[in-house]
Amino acid sequence: MLPMFFWAFVIGGLICVFGQILFDVFKLTPGHTLSLLVVLGAVLDGIGLYEPLADFAGAGATIPITSFGNSLVHGALQEADQHGLVGVLTGMFEVTSSGISAAIIFGFIGALIFKPKG
Amino acid sequence: MSKKNSNKTPEQQQYEQLEQKHELQRPVLKNCIRAFWVGGLICAVGQAITYFYIYFFNFTEQTAGNPTVATMIFLSMLLTGFGVYDRLGQFGGAGSAVPVTGFGNAVISAAIEHRTEGFVLGVGGNMFKLAGAVILFGVFSAFVVALIKTLLGIWGVI
Repeated sequence: MLPMFFWAFVIGGLICVFGQILFDVFKLTPGHTLSLLVVLGAVLDGIGLYEPLADFAGAGATIPITSFGNSLVHGALQEADQHGLVGVLTGMFEVTSSGISAAIIFGFIGALIFKPKG
Repeated sequence: MSKKNSNKTPEQQQYEQLEQKHELQRPVLKNCIRAFWVGGLICAVGQAITYFYIYFFNFTEQTAGNPTVATMIFLSMLLTGFGVYDRLGQFGGAGSAVPVTGFGNAVISAAIEHRTEGFVLGVGGNMFKLAGAVILFGVFSAFVVALIKTLLGIWGVI
């Protein structure tokens, strides 16, 4: 259990350092950086590299935004296995639904509770 | 670069040189170290929540990711609402933006910021102002990747 925390910390931290380098060295905006990382996660899952990383680093791989791209591909491929090409569309949000739903629901609740500052 | 410069008057070029001289050098190494441990810490918290769901709610290692992400976004709602996440973002840079809490922060802060414009046009219309790009490129790239992989599977290449 303890090594899992260690690797989650290290791998998660390294992915964030990669993001920081895109910010600082390549002067990308946060929007560009996050989009790039998501695309990277999708491609990495496509060539089968993301799952071993997630097994190895746990939350270090599932918490960074790269996992969003990864789970989109995952859901699409799962459905595609059962229903063929249509599954790519129907399964897309299968795995990611919790993240998007949580963001929408908590975003709205947040807007109801909190007042903007300044 | 030379093509860019040719459109500018000598004064403009001089000013650009002056600007470059005075531009603050970004402390890349310091930022990276900060991003490393802030991002690492957020992921370690995520790991703790994952174990919590595995031990108390009978999720497996594979399925525990979903409730973990939802919980992290809930936490980022609280932190954003109380203004803590902004400060964390100034300190941690990409360390706070890259984890899924940063995605939650982008959605939630946009929702809170635009609530004065009303709930339908303000909150509803602006909620995904920043996070929309992430969803768009995530979905489109996932579509392309999954399409290629499925077609290769159908044709018997893999």
